[in-house]
This record gives sequence, structure tokens and C-alpha cells, in this order.
Amino acid sequence: MSVTPFIVLSAILFTIGAVGVLTRRNAIVVFMCVELMLNASNLALVTFSRANGNLDGQIAAFFVMVVAAAEVVVGLAIIMTIFRTRRSASVDDASLLKY
Amino acid sequence: MTTAMTAHVLMHAPPVVDPSSAHGVFSILWLVIALPALGAVVLLLGGKRTDRWGHLLGVATVATSFLLSLILFISLLGRHSGNRQVSQHLWTWFTAGSYHVEFGLLYDQLSALFLLLITGVGALIHVYSVGYMEHDDRRRRFFGYLNLFITAMLILVLASDFVGVFLGWEGVGLASYLLIGFWQHKPTAAAAAKKAFVINRIGDIGLSLGASLIFVTFGSTSFAVVSANAHNASSGTLTAIGLLLLLAACGKSAQFPLQSWLLDAMEGPTPVSALIHAATMVTAGVYLIVRSNFIFSLTENARTGVIVVGCITLLMGAVIGCAKDDIKKALAGSTMSQIGYMVLAAGLGPAGYAFAIFHLLTHGFFKANMFLGAGSVMHGMDDDVNMRHYGALRKAMPYTFATFSIGYLAILGVPPFAGFWSKDKIIEAAFGDNLVVGLCALIGAGVTAFYMTRLMLLTFLSEKRWEKDVHPHESPTVMTVPLMALAGLSAVGGLLLVNNWITTWLSPVVGAHVEHKLGVGSVGMSLIALVVVVLGAAIAWQLVGQRPIPTVAPEKVSFLTRAARADLYGDAFNDEVIVKPGVAGIRGLLVFDATIVDGIVEGLAAAFTAVSNAFRHVQNGFVRSYALMLFAGALVVLFALLAVNFG
Repeated sequence: MSVTPFIVLSAILFTIGAVGVLTRRNAIVVFMCVELMLNASNLALVTFSRANGNLDGQIAAFFVMVVAAAEVVVGLAIIMTIFRTRRSASVDDASLLKY
Repeated sequence: MTTAMTAHVLMHAPPVVDPSSAHGVFSILWLVIALPALGAVVLLLGGKRTDRWGHLLGVATVATSFLLSLILFISLLGRHSGNRQVSQHLWTWFTAGSYHVEFGLLYDQLSALFLLLITGVGALIHVYSVGYMEHDDRRRRFFGYLNLFITAMLILVLASDFVGVFLGWEGVGLASYLLIGFWQHKPTAAAAAKKAFVINRIGDIGLSLGASLIFVTFGSTSFAVVSANAHNASSGTLTAIGLLLLLAACGKSAQFPLQSWLLDAMEGPTPVSALIHAATMVTAGVYLIVRSNFIFSLTENARTGVIVVGCITLLMGAVIGCAKDDIKKALAGSTMSQIGYMVLAAGLGPAGYAFAIFHLLTHGFFKANMFLGAGSVMHGMDDDVNMRHYGALRKAMPYTFATFSIGYLAILGVPPFAGFWSKDKIIEAAFGDNLVVGLCALIGAGVTAFYMTRLMLLTFLSEKRWEKDVHPHESPTVMTVPLMALAGLSAVGGLLLVNNWITTWLSPVVGAHVEHKLGVGSVGMSLIALVVVVLGAAIAWQLVGQRPIPTVAPEKVSFLTRAARADLYGDAFNDEVIVKPGVAGIRGLLVFDATIVDGIVEGLAAAFTAVSNAFRHVQNGFVRSYALMLFAGALVVLFALLAVNFG
């Protein structure tokens, strides 16, 4: 089994996620892009796990999923709160904490 | 050649301090110090409760010390002359590695005489002070300080170790500071006290460095060890030690160039001037030189320094004394001059040590007598010290006049009074050493006669020039009795020379006396000195006694008089050479501190602030810009790893 297509896909997904995080203003979309990056790395982990014939990568992928789930809980709660007070989900509007 | 040199060294080898342990009557030695110390502690810590009887306790402790000293002295007289050094070990003071300092006392022929002088004259001055300070609210404190002074002075002369001497030395300086500034509400007195303290510190540096050098050289600072090993040290080291000890002596004894504090120290109460600045404290320098004879006898160069200092000071003091209208300052100039004689004699080595001590004792008698007499005069003249306001006091104060006259004859060196014997011997020894030194001493004697005659004429003789509402009266008995006792001692002090007692007595401490034979002989020398003295007195009689004395000091006077009135510009010299450059240096340092040091510190802070201000704009609050930085950072790390691993 060649790992190349998987890794290429993973890289494409990661890049889409990263560009999304940097360019989109909507907090929900930014959040989804972060999830995309996490899953791209999961794909790479599982690919290398298969290629190397051991389970370390898959265990790491599970950890990433757990962390991602916890992150979603906290992140969505924050976005909800911000939306309630500001009537906006734009990450650029929440810029009071600065120099 | 070598044998000859060894013989030479042995002949002049100074005696070794080798005391036997104190027992019997000598075991009370520590009490001599402890009694005044107890008095000082009770009076200074007891506070107001001791006000009523404090002065009596002060007198009693010193008087008892005197009695003990007398008993000790008589016991010492009863011993064989080779067995008159007694030591008492009190406790181990401190230990550092191989260095042990024992707190011990050394009672020998030299300290025995000092003990009698300090406690004897000290007790008389205590008695006198009871009357003199009667109307002072803080009399009890005054007696506390006097007792403290006596304690420190006794430690100084009884210590068996240079470190112990240093303790007494500093204690004396402290007591002197407290007593000069006793009337601290007067700014002049406070300033005089500070001046005395600061100038004394310069001398103290000499003593501490000298003691340190002694320790480095001999591994010990006790007199016994140092005197036994002194001949092993190199002559350069000995000279350095000698010169450092001379610096110390200059500070405490008000010798050139550290003389300027003594005249200002007259701001203190008059008994202080009598006790500290005439009879005892200022003699500490002479004591130090004579006590360290085992150093000075071996170093010709240091002794030359001592002689030069003595000569300069004895002439300076005498010249200053000629122009002062303040009776106490005239006497202070005289003290400087007389101590110059002692230092000069001490510098002559074995030919002069005994005479230095002899003159120190007689001077202690007649100068204390005259200072107390001056205090008695001031007491009667409402504390006016200007002699131009005196005159014709011989009738108003007969006892003061009579006792002062004896002191006057003694300091002039008129036979048979004490000063004749002691000063004459110094002049004789000085001529034996060097013609110039002898001439200095001889001229000094003439000038002494001049200023003392002037002082007598202005104060007791001539016509009345009293201020209005001043009614001179004789002082109370408690003040005149000490005057009489001191006058008696001034008259008969010369008896110490009978049969060369003093030189024989001191020879185990300072080495065998060396006599120089003079061409004119001893009697001829005395006659010459007497002629010079009479000449000085006659000139004073002619210049001061035969014309009216203005009550305000004349302005148009010769340069020499002006210089003498300004203490021969000693203060001006210090001001120009030490104070002003010092102040300028400090100002420079201040500027350096404000510009360079502060500039570096503040400049660094300003630079950090500026950089921070520039970088704080990075914190712009936009999450996406933070994310961009995160990615950029991750990329940098990634490329760095790639470069390291595959580069």
C-alpha cells in the first residue's frame, strides 16, 4: 500500500483548514476549519500507523478525537456567550483585549 | 666587624617587657580601672535619680582610684628594681586563628607614674568641678563623662597590648568629644567637638595601621612579644611602624600637622580643658612613643621625624600663644608648645625618654593649675574669656593669683620650680643631639616666657579694664583648694630629679639613660636658658606692661601677629588643601553619578521602554493575526528542524 495519496489528501485538508482559520471571520467556520486540520492530522497518523504496522498512531488519533470533542464543548460555549452579548459571531469584533 | 656591630646593637638594645604575674597587693590592679568605670556606668545609666549625689560619687571613685594607685606605687617602690613589672591577665579578649588578644594589664614604672598623674590630677579636677559646674543643670552627666574619660585613659596606660591601648585610645577620643561638646546648645562647641573627633580619627588610623603592621611583622601585638623580637625586624618595617605611631601621637597630642583641633577644643568647660587638654589626654601621644621605645630606639629615621614634629609644634604653639586674647586659647597654644617639648624629648631616644615623662608630669601639674586658675578667673568675670577685659585681678582674687603665679614661674622654668628642672633637661638633651634642635628648644623657652608674662600682665597686673556690671570675686573653697594642691606640686615637682631618681626609675622600661656632655656643662646650659627666659619676660614687660592696653584688639598689627591670631593659618591650610579639594571631588562625583551612572541605568530603562512600545502593537486583539503568528512560528520551527536534520 502506498502512503502517498493519503498523505497528499491529509496535506490538502490541512492546508484548506489552515487557510480557513486565517481568512474566515465567522467563528463557527473558523471552528470547523480547526476541526478539519485536526482530522487531517488524524488521517496522517492513521496512515503512518498502517504503514508501520503498529497501533501507536491510531492511539494518538483517538486522543486527538477526545481532545477535539472537549475543545468543541468549550469553544462552542464561548462562541455562544460572545454571540449573546454582541449579536455577532465575527472573530474580528471580539478584539477588546489588546495593547 | 660583625662582632663590633653585634656589640653596638646589644649596647643599645632596648629593654624587654617581661612582667611577672600579679599577686598580693598587685591583684587589685584592675580595681583602679573598674572604680571610675563603675562611676561612669552608674551616673550615665542612673539618670535623674543620681542627680543629687552623682558628683560626689564621681569624686569618690576617682579619689579611691588615686589611693589605690598610691598603695600600688608604694608597693612597687618596695620591690627590687629588676622586679618592678607586674602583669595581670584578666580574660582572653578574642581569638582569630593563631592570633590571640589577651585583655591584660601591665603595671610597671612608666604606667605607675601615669596612674598617679591621671588619678591624682583627675581627682583634684573632679573636686574643682563640683564648684565650677554647680549651677549647671547637667552636672551629673558631666561627672559621668569625666569618669568615662578617666577609665579610658587608665585603660590606655595600663594595657599590655597595642590592641588594648587602642581601646583606651578610642575611649579617650570619645570622652573628649562628649566633653568638648558638653554645651552642645552652642554651635561653636558642637562644631569644635566634631572637629576634634574627626582630626583625632586621622591619628587613630595611624595607630590601627601601626598595630596591624606590628601584628604582621611579629605575629602578636603584646608589648612583651614585640619588645623581645623588635631587633629581628628589618629597619624599613621598624621605621614604618614608628612613623605610623608618630601619626597616631600627632592626632592625640595635637602635634603638627594635626594640631588645629586643640585650640577649638577650648569650647568645653574649663575643667575639661585642664584635665583632657593639658594634663592627661594630650599626653597619650607622648606615652605611646615612650611606651614603644623598643621600636623607636631601633629606628633613627622615625626618631628624626618625631624630633622634627616636636620642634615645629613647640615653636608654632608658642607663637600662637603670643597673640591670643582669649585666656584659654593662649594657654592652649602653650599646651601645644609644651607637648612639643615632650615629643621632642621622646624623639631623642634613650637620652630623652625619661625627661619627656618628667616634663609630662611637671607640665601636668602646672598646666592643670593654670587652666583651673583661668577657670577661676572666668568664674569671677562672668565667663568672659577676653584678657583685654581683665586687669588688676591680683587684689580681687588673691588665692587664684598666688597659685597662678607659681604655675607661671614653673612654666617659665625659674628655679626652683618644677618646670625649671624638666624643661632645662630637655633643652640640654636637645643641644646634646643637634645644635638646631637645641636652638629651637631654647628659643621656644624665650617665647614661652614672653606669652606667659603677657598673660600675667593682662590678667592679674596692669590697670582695671573690666566690663560694666562685672564684680570679680574669689572662687569658693572647693575650687581654690585644688588650685593650692596643684600649685604645691608645681613648686616641688622638681624633686623627682633629685639624685636622678626619675631616670633611674624609668631605666628598666626605656633603657639606660645616655648623657651627652656639653661644652658649657649642665650649669652653664641652665644659666643660658635662664637668661633667654628673663629676656623673653623683659620684652613682654616692655611691650605690654609699659603702655596702655586697648580693650579692643588693635587691627593694625604685624603680619606675624595676624598669622598667630589665625592659628598660623592651620585651619586655612586644612581648608585649602584638604576640605576644598575634598568638596570639589565630591561635587565631581555627584555630577558623575547624575550623568554617567544614572545615565546608563535610566538610558537602559528608556531603551527597553521604547522597544516595548514598538512591539506592543503586535497585541492587536485580532485572533486571526495571532493565529497567523502561530503558523509562522510553526513554519520557522519546521524549517529549522528540516535544516538541522537534512541540511
